[in-house]
Amino acid sequence: MLLIACPWCGEREELEFHYGGQAHVGHPADPSALSDDEWGEYLFVRDNPKGPFAERWSHAAGCRRWFNVVRDTVTHEILAVQSNRSVAVGQPKPVITP
Amino acid sequence: MTTSHLLSSRLPHGGRLDRSAPLRFRYDGVEYTGLRGDTLASALLANGVLHAAPSLYRRRPRGVVTAGVEEPNALVQIDGPCSEPMQLATTVELYEGLTATSLSGLGRLDPNPDESVYDKMHVHTDVLVVGGGPAGLAAALAAGRSGARVVLVDDQPELGGSLLSGQEEIDGGPALDWVQAVRAELSAQADTRILTRSTATGYYDHNFLLVAEHRTDHLGPAPVPGVSRQRLWHVRARRVVLATGSHERPMVFAGNDLPGVMSAAAVRSYVNRYAVLPGRRAVVLTTNDHAYATALALVAAGAEVPALVDTRPEPPAGLVEAARRAGIEVLTGSAVVGTRGDARVTAVRIAALDADDAIAGTVRELACDLLAVSGGWSPAVQLWSQSQGSLRYDEELAAFIPAQAAQRVESAGAARGVLDLAGCLDDGFAAGAGAAGQAGFPIAVPATPPNSGDAPPSRPRPVWIVPGENGDPADWQDHFVDLQRDATVADVQRAIRAGMRSAEHIKRYTTIGTAHDQGKASGVSSTGVIARLLGARSPGEIGTTTFRGPYVPVSFALLAGRERGKLFDPVRTTAVHPWHVEHGAVFENVGQWKRPWYYPQPGEDMEAAVLRECRAAREGVAVMDATTLGKIDVIGPDAGVFLNRVYTNAFAKLAVGSARYGVMCRADGMVFDDGVTLRLADDHYVMTTTTGNAAGVLDWLEEWSQTEWPELRVRFTSVTEQWATVAVVGPRSREVVAALAPDLDVTNDAFPFMTARETRLASGVPARICRISFSGELAYEINVASWYGLATWESVIQAGEPLGITPYGTETMHVLRAEKGYPIVGQDTDGTVTPQDLGMEWVVSKQKDFVGKRSFQRADTARGDRRQLVGLLPVDPAVLLPEGAQLVLNAEAAVPTRALGHVTSSYRSAALGRTFALALVSGGRERLGETVYAPLPGGVIAATITDTVLYDSKGTRRDG
Repeated sequence: MLLIACPWCGEREELEFHYGGQAHVGHPADPSALSDDEWGEYLFVRDNPKGPFAERWSHAAGCRRWFNVVRDTVTHEILAVQSNRSVAVGQPKPVITP
Repeated sequence: MTTSHLLSSRLPHGGRLDRSAPLRFRYDGVEYTGLRGDTLASALLANGVLHAAPSLYRRRPRGVVTAGVEEPNALVQIDGPCSEPMQLATTVELYEGLTATSLSGLGRLDPNPDESVYDKMHVHTDVLVVGGGPAGLAAALAAGRSGARVVLVDDQPELGGSLLSGQEEIDGGPALDWVQAVRAELSAQADTRILTRSTATGYYDHNFLLVAEHRTDHLGPAPVPGVSRQRLWHVRARRVVLATGSHERPMVFAGNDLPGVMSAAAVRSYVNRYAVLPGRRAVVLTTNDHAYATALALVAAGAEVPALVDTRPEPPAGLVEAARRAGIEVLTGSAVVGTRGDARVTAVRIAALDADDAIAGTVRELACDLLAVSGGWSPAVQLWSQSQGSLRYDEELAAFIPAQAAQRVESAGAARGVLDLAGCLDDGFAAGAGAAGQAGFPIAVPATPPNSGDAPPSRPRPVWIVPGENGDPADWQDHFVDLQRDATVADVQRAIRAGMRSAEHIKRYTTIGTAHDQGKASGVSSTGVIARLLGARSPGEIGTTTFRGPYVPVSFALLAGRERGKLFDPVRTTAVHPWHVEHGAVFENVGQWKRPWYYPQPGEDMEAAVLRECRAAREGVAVMDATTLGKIDVIGPDAGVFLNRVYTNAFAKLAVGSARYGVMCRADGMVFDDGVTLRLADDHYVMTTTTGNAAGVLDWLEEWSQTEWPELRVRFTSVTEQWATVAVVGPRSREVVAALAPDLDVTNDAFPFMTARETRLASGVPARICRISFSGELAYEINVASWYGLATWESVIQAGEPLGITPYGTETMHVLRAEKGYPIVGQDTDGTVTPQDLGMEWVVSKQKDFVGKRSFQRADTARGDRRQLVGLLPVDPAVLLPEGAQLVLNAEAAVPTRALGHVTSSYRSAALGRTFALALVSGGRERLGETVYAPLPGGVIAATITDTVLYDSKGTRRDG
């Protein structure tokens, strides 16, 4: 069971969190402008790297905030945690890179 | 068993025993006595009883082999109010009245309830030390002195590990005096916790370990008042020190499974720790130095040791000399190549081996009743491997030892191949100080106290297969590799001849290492056998199989803890629940909610009750507790814009005081939830969700709000528990609501369908009343604060009494909505259904964008043969289609055939006077009027496809 550092609540057990899949897969601004292939890519295709992976978590049984982490999929080590806490409403979403 | 072994084998002195406390116990129906401090196995050996149950598959006689968790044979079932299967006689502590039955590999699950209490504990620590032997004690001592929080875990009743079985000295006195001093110092530390009778069973991610603590098992099988029987500790550690020791390996030779063939270390343990002599005349067989101590201990205890057989041509001269001085003949470069005896060893056959392990020269037979075997040492790397640390094979030690750590963990002592006392103490002190330092508590490595009695061993000579006197490996069916699985060298050879090469494949083909002991002692021996038969240079080329938790069996009762029965899952009830109970409702579980299913009257079955309830709702007035529907406050200046994006239809321009039905899809266009949303103010909506999906919808809204549209000013609050909702349904519902809410103008013009009004009930209770219908009838939903829920329900019942108001449950609700063709998300949909599949194009906006809209243009969602929701009328109006039944076009088609669709809902209808169903059918809306068939075990049911709306298709009833 992972120990995840929620940016708002600190370290908590994994069972308090929901997993949200790969980070930085934004909803396309204008889906109607996309081809079927491009839309299918957004819906169904995700990276599956061996190593660092930027992914989303939500502190579902705590503060209920979403945030991003970079986790090594081999060792499960969490390499970075980032929230949009410092980002003003309406500003671009934070991007963390593996 | 021979007569001589009926005599007591208890030594007159020594052992970690309380001789003032004899304990009576029964084993396989015979009464014996033992002492406090005994295990069941040591007490049996003291009574001359060596035998375990016969082996599982070949029914061969078997005996106790070890003195610990690695025991392959001595399985027992312990009697009690709820008897415990699959316990090891070598780890069960003796208590007065203990009653055990030997088991051949399989236990019996006791159907009686287990009334004991099992608890869970959660602890965070700086340093966790697993193992209370010399290395673990030294590690805990060093870490504890640093001020770090320390947890020390050991599976025995007292600390000391291997020191409990030896005669070493530390700091100028008996080693166990040093152990007592360490324990006293650790106990005095404020932040050190010692858990004995506790086994670390699993090592998971981020230094999370499970520890099973046995608190009262040693006192007897009955629950002890005020104390939980076992506790499962959830330990999260900054650093872990694994001082788990090592297991002595068996050797593989002909007849190595006969009772009387025991681990040499176990024999030493029985002699020194338990003051038991397991045999009178013992031969010792070894590949390494350690068994010499066993031979000397046996002689010191009064046994005869005619020979010590060492595989090494030139064992250390000092050891040989000490043995000879004790009168033991040392046979070098030799091995035991066979045993004699029917039920127990009566003699062993010994031969010299050449450099290739082949028998060289003649075979000599020696009479004995015990063969103590040391095939070398396997570090207990199970937890290390579970932590994903890698292993490497050390040729010098002939063992797999920890290599690269994957977590914040280190091994110390015998667990990483350090096999002498001084080395273990050095290693433990260094590991403990290192771990404390890494955790933020720097401390110098304490000096190792002087010690003696356990010198560093010289190089062993493993002999992975001692050859048989005849034949080749394919014939060696009495060379046992795994005793519990009755697997032999011949079995491994057969696997190899079948093409297996990897240890993992051979394990699965032969089942080696898959029994309760998980090959703790025999695992590396098996690898050695495989290597030998494959012609590999060493077991290092083969590698181990994967180690998985738990390290020792853990009972399900412990894993469940207190989360069983009523505490298994929260039960949610509405404010009106006591009334439902009082009025005989039968309940159904909807998620965690208890909802009235139907209210049978005396003599009624479910069918009769539901038909009566349906009739009341269609012809008079009926009432349902709708509190469990999810309710979410959506508040903020951008609430309308937000709802426009998550619902397929528009909400931004909904008038204040009005309500609208909405459908939500996932991005893939599949229906996710539905419900009515009401606008209370410009910036305040109340959304209702399906009962089972309320939490999921709240999560969904928050996800889009936080991660995609943080610029929208809107917040979400679950208010499901804050409001009680009473649905008053039927053509006469207006009269009931008028009586209940005298200030409200209930005429259709003043209070039209899909609007809401705030009012005060006659009772004085403030209420929000909506005209919403899930039945097609005139209907109202009265929402009041939960505190007033029961009183309001009762006042509805009272107001409706002159009209014969009838309470109804979820089954009637389902029938009423199905007659109108209203789908239930999660029953008539399954995550593969679009709004269009449900025939609900009208709810999908053409103007605005929303989550999932683009998916409706995908080729797959535009297919003409998608499964669409239709109605079904069985040709025989009395026959009820089972929900889930598959539908085909041709009842005579040969199976397997492709299903056209399946039944999603099916009921008897009072209004229609017949049965009907809803179904998802491929291209269904193009098939109206066609007949489909449900082939079922009891025969084929034919049904006609119809429109989904089977009752009041013009919608004339909703305004009363």
